[in-house]
Amino acid sequence: MQKDSVLYQELREVINEKKSLRNPLIEILHKAQDIFGYLPPEVQEFVAEELNMPVNKVYGVVTFYNAFTMKPRGKYVINVCTGTACYVKGAPRIIQMLTEILGVELGETTEDKKFTLTAVRCVGACSLAPVFVIGDDTYGRIETRAQLQGILDKYLKDEV
Amino acid sequence: MKLTRIDVLICFGSGCISAGAPKLKERMIELLDEHNMLGEVNIIETGCMGPCDAGPVIMVYPEGVFYKKVTVEDIDEIVTEHFLKGRPVQRLMEDADAERKAQTKKEIPFYQKQVKVALENCGYLDPESIEEYVALGGYEALGTLLTEKTPEDTIDIIEKSGLRGRGGGGFPAATKWRFARKNSRFPKYIICNADEGDPGAFMDRSLLEGDPHRILEGMMIAGYAIGAEMGFFYIRAEYPLAIKRIKLAIEQAKEWGLVGKNIFGSDYSFDVEVRSGAGAFVCGEETSLIASIEGERGEPRPKPPFPSDFGLWRMPSVVNNVETFANLPTIIRKGADWFASFGTETSKGTKVFALTGDVKNTGLVEVPMGITLKDMIFDVGGGMTAGKKFKAVQLGGPSGGCLTEEHLDVEIDYESLKERGSMMGSGGVIVMDDSNCMVNIAKFFLDFTVDESCGKCVPCRVGLKQMQQILTKITEGNGTEADIDKLEELGHMIKKLSLCGLGQTAPNPVLSTIRYFRNEYEAHIRDKSCPSRVCQNLYYFEIDKDKCIGCSLCARKCPTKCISGSREEKYTIHQIDCVKCGTCMEVCPVKAISTFPGIHSDVSAVKDKVANDD
Ligand SMILES: Cc1cc2nc3c(=O)[nH]c(=O)nc-3n(C[C@H](O)[C@H](O)[C@H](O)COP(=O)(O)O)c2cc1C
Ligand code: FES
Repeated sequence: MQKDSVLYQELREVINEKKSLRNPLIEILHKAQDIFGYLPPEVQEFVAEELNMPVNKVYGVVTFYNAFTMKPRGKYVINVCTGTACYVKGAPRIIQMLTEILGVELGETTEDKKFTLTAVRCVGACSLAPVFVIGDDTYGRIETRAQLQGILDKYLKDEV
Repeated sequence: MKLTRIDVLICFGSGCISAGAPKLKERMIELLDEHNMLGEVNIIETGCMGPCDAGPVIMVYPEGVFYKKVTVEDIDEIVTEHFLKGRPVQRLMEDADAERKAQTKKEIPFYQKQVKVALENCGYLDPESIEEYVALGGYEALGTLLTEKTPEDTIDIIEKSGLRGRGGGGFPAATKWRFARKNSRFPKYIICNADEGDPGAFMDRSLLEGDPHRILEGMMIAGYAIGAEMGFFYIRAEYPLAIKRIKLAIEQAKEWGLVGKNIFGSDYSFDVEVRSGAGAFVCGEETSLIASIEGERGEPRPKPPFPSDFGLWRMPSVVNNVETFANLPTIIRKGADWFASFGTETSKGTKVFALTGDVKNTGLVEVPMGITLKDMIFDVGGGMTAGKKFKAVQLGGPSGGCLTEEHLDVEIDYESLKERGSMMGSGGVIVMDDSNCMVNIAKFFLDFTVDESCGKCVPCRVGLKQMQQILTKITEGNGTEADIDKLEELGHMIKKLSLCGLGQTAPNPVLSTIRYFRNEYEAHIRDKSCPSRVCQNLYYFEIDKDKCIGCSLCARKCPTKCISGSREEKYTIHQIDCVKCGTCMEVCPVKAISTFPGIHSDVSAVKDKVANDD
């Protein structure tokens, strides 16, 4: 991707807006990931240059935090909660069913680039356990494969 | 607030939103419009009301009627019967007891043993409206302090109240403030820890989403006390709504002149910024959190020096938990003595807990310190989910420990829990029934802490990994007699030698389960059996031929094709190839398939043969 593309332009605006804050790197990386979907080396280099810091510092931060990813993701990211409440209420089973239905392991993206399956620690909806999140939508109390399939179908048909 | 005949509070906490609250609101507006009643009814979206399991929930004032599990269709009845004819819908009310419906919220058992301090307004006001917060006495406490009391007075009041930090450690709030106050270097910083790392807890999230101005006011009270004119909210990125609400609250407070220069005409000024976490548990630890705000990898720093002397950008700083801040405005308004009248000798006031797991009323509760576990789980929590038996309760998350039936009469406070190998923690309470394997639960927490260890110190990085390997061995059926002792030895060593609280507490779940459920460890090791049928290698599925009707559904659905048979012969599982996915059990129409603890003889025979061949 050209560094003068629209996405980089957008990122540059974010950086200019946040530059005046003290140590805004993490805030900027959040936005960069929103814009690009992930944080490939080029984007990290770009951020480093704009902020005038060594790129290995940016890399160190990106690799430390679970929220940042250097792998491209699917259109929909399925975040299965593996927090304690969800775990005791059957999160492992949800993961097992999802890996079977989607044919990918945790952390992987389906071939059609539709879904990425990941795990997250507690989304704070523990009373609905077991829970998973797709985008802004939280799904709770899922028990059967049929329920899961029904939810995924909505996304497969892009009815969301 | 507008003068209307009826106020309808619709819970827009995360639980109720996913259970369909937004659709209820839509339908209600539609209907009110049809009946020309829009002007008479005031609909308010509130934060979490607490009883998440009964969601979506609605409250109707002036009566205080509480409706649970409301559907879109129910809205029609509520509008026509209750609003138009003044006849509340009995069918949607919670039971007060076996005979009667609870006509108002006050009669609901879930609320009866609760005392709301931090949650005073949560579920009662529109969190996006500063007007409502102010109407309920908001910013009054701050105003009183800034105009009538010195920072020292403020610290004295909080000291007298006995308030201890609600983020887990239980350190007296006033003591920490006094250290920072005494330091003569400026600027100082006040920081709100909203990283809420305990997986299985949502108290802080609900507070931030449900009553954001209260947290902001609390932060300013603490800021005034220590002499900080700049504050930071550090909120985990998984809580976008909390981030949005706090930002909105800050904006509104700025418009009202409550954040900014010379607040309430005093010479105190305050500014505040929001930073988001990025998914690292260790960042909940205060020195890591500070490193993270500084844009670094969130690795802990050795203490001392403490943040109160060398904190954010090496300046005096105080980090407090969300709930600690949430208590402050009420303590100032109602007085230290009032607050201290709740609780035990060493632990005053109330504590918010996120009650989850195999309990009936999962949700957000606030109870006085000193309540027994039994009262919390069985009265407030309504007891176990249908037909299940209580086995254990885990408090304090990955740093805490589990307690058992024999502890149900323990009065909850910081010390009583610690003595028994558990801890208050931030307030996550996971109730477990007898289908949970305690060895597996211990391994779950250890997997978590191994994953989240930042790797800076060796005991935590290497030691926890060794414990994890031993636990894996045990749960896979390869444990040996010496393993339990080894786990204990490692655990005590890691606790002693780790750099930060993560490592210092990470062995607790293992140690406490060994302490109270040693027999389960022994069953895994000696009998190669998981009594609760959770650890996959140590239990098996079998079809009861007397019950099987030979329908072949299980064989057709089995992903590994390890079930065969016929209508006459009935069906059999070939144990060697079974991956224990449970699909057969799920689909069997006559419930002929069950699980049994131990290793099936077919499998152990193969295992023995492989061992001999080697
Ligand atoms: C590994 C680890 C994780 C922590 N996570 C949190 C957290 O998520 N929220 C929190 O308020 N405190 C957390 N703490 C405690 C903080 O270090 C600190 O004691 C607390 O924020 C102080 O606030 P308080 O005195 O108001 O409780 C954690 C501590 C450790 C060691
Ligand atoms: S444990 Fe899954 S939402 Fe909290």
